[in-house]
Amino acid sequence: MNLIELNQVSISHVQGSERNTVVHDVSLTVKAGECFGLVGPSGCGKSTLLWALAGLNPNWSGSINMLGQPLTAGKVFSGDLRRRVQMVFQDPYASLHPKHRLRRALSEPLKLLGYQDIDDRLSEGFKQVGLAENMIDRYPHQLSGGQRQRVAIIRALLLEPKLLLLDEPTSALDMSVQAEILNLLNDLKEKRDLTMVMVSHDPEVVDYMCDHAVTMKAGRIDTEKFYN
Amino acid sequence: MMDFMNNLKSQLILKKAGFRLPRWLNTFNIGLVMVVMLLILASLAPLFSPFDPNDQNIQDRLLAPDLVHWFGTDRFGRDLFSRVLYGARPTLILVSLVVILTVPIGLAVGIFAGYFGGWVERILMRITDIVMSLPSLVIALALVSILGPGLMNGALALAFTNWPSFARQARTETLSIRRSDYLSAARMQGVTGLRLIVGHILPLVLPSAIVRAALNLGGIILAAAGLGFLGMGIQPPTAEWGSMVSSGSRVIFDQWWVAAVPGFAILFASLAFNLLGDGLRDKMDPRHDK
Repeated sequence: MNLIELNQVSISHVQGSERNTVVHDVSLTVKAGECFGLVGPSGCGKSTLLWALAGLNPNWSGSINMLGQPLTAGKVFSGDLRRRVQMVFQDPYASLHPKHRLRRALSEPLKLLGYQDIDDRLSEGFKQVGLAENMIDRYPHQLSGGQRQRVAIIRALLLEPKLLLLDEPTSALDMSVQAEILNLLNDLKEKRDLTMVMVSHDPEVVDYMCDHAVTMKAGRIDTEKFYN
Repeated sequence: MMDFMNNLKSQLILKKAGFRLPRWLNTFNIGLVMVVMLLILASLAPLFSPFDPNDQNIQDRLLAPDLVHWFGTDRFGRDLFSRVLYGARPTLILVSLVVILTVPIGLAVGIFAGYFGGWVERILMRITDIVMSLPSLVIALALVSILGPGLMNGALALAFTNWPSFARQARTETLSIRRSDYLSAARMQGVTGLRLIVGHILPLVLPSAIVRAALNLGGIILAAAGLGFLGMGIQPPTAEWGSMVSSGSRVIFDQWWVAAVPGFAILFASLAFNLLGDGLRDKMDPRHDK
């Protein structure tokens, strides 16, 4: 089953009345359960593509089919689709709200969805990523980069996504922490039956993680590669 | 950066002279003590004042400061010390009314403009520009002359001309975080609309609005006294610093204390809030983290 199908998709950045098309006529498919890599030099449009898949940039044209339903260009995600697609951002120092304690940051979306057993879910999440539960009342600035990225992973997984988008999840971390986070993601993918789309400029990370990858160049797909 | 350099320089000079101010003696603490003093004196004015502030005693008019009338008396023989204490009340009430009105309005306008962008931003910010370009005391006078003099109308008039600076600042700060990763993350988690604005944007914009409010308070006190001086504030016989200066100015060459006493009270209050605001700004600035 194909979780994502892109057909002739172009994506633009719109600012005021200016429109700057960054991704041109991209077609690709991502199968359920695979780790799909987007590789390429900086400025090639891989992050733009990921942000469109995340529903954060609705300025695209072409056709996108995601989790079995067609998307409408210009519309933000809502309802079930919104929670089933989650993302881990590149910079763990910028992706957590600086004035919210972890408990607040992690429990707010669950409250919105009407869950009752929020505390159990939070402690389960902390266990899964290997963080001590007593950190839950801390602010993000009291955590290290690796710990923050683990929190960001908990945050994404708490909503039980089907698709996890990773925007260079380890590029802001040092080598030893990188390996830990990558192993953690691999682990979670097995356990949770996740599909992952990962952006990286590091071919080694993609080799290690992905089943299937494309290389982008100047906004177009350059080469496609399958790993076994 | 300039602040930082100046700070460094002054510290170096002080160090060279072998003299260092104790840590507790800083702008914030001095301002805080002055503001707290002001609040205590105003709220407990009946306890501290030796006379009824409105008690006229024509035999004792225009007395110089002595042991009975510490600050002297005015042209109706009213005790100036008591009147200055009571005069703190309308000033503080007016100032707090102005803050309560301006901060929420300014924040709302600024955050909505910054968050929604496009036409919403253009319309809201042009309105802000227009109000900002109006001469504030003149407009306040015009409004008071339409609405009629009084405490509430004075506050409304000053609030009307004071909210734009809050709106500008809030818009700039909202713009700078609008595309941040953590707001994108919140949107991806289904946090949208008013919940995002109040729960996620407001906490980041509020601290600097509070600092700005504290810094503005000094100016608002001066403006309030200005309204009082021109007879557009709270009406006599209620004690109010601005109108007290005004009545003292008629006898300023012979009985200078009648105008000087409320004048110093205005200076004290304005300085207190300025120091507090300055200190707050230093405290909130991470570069001043000592």
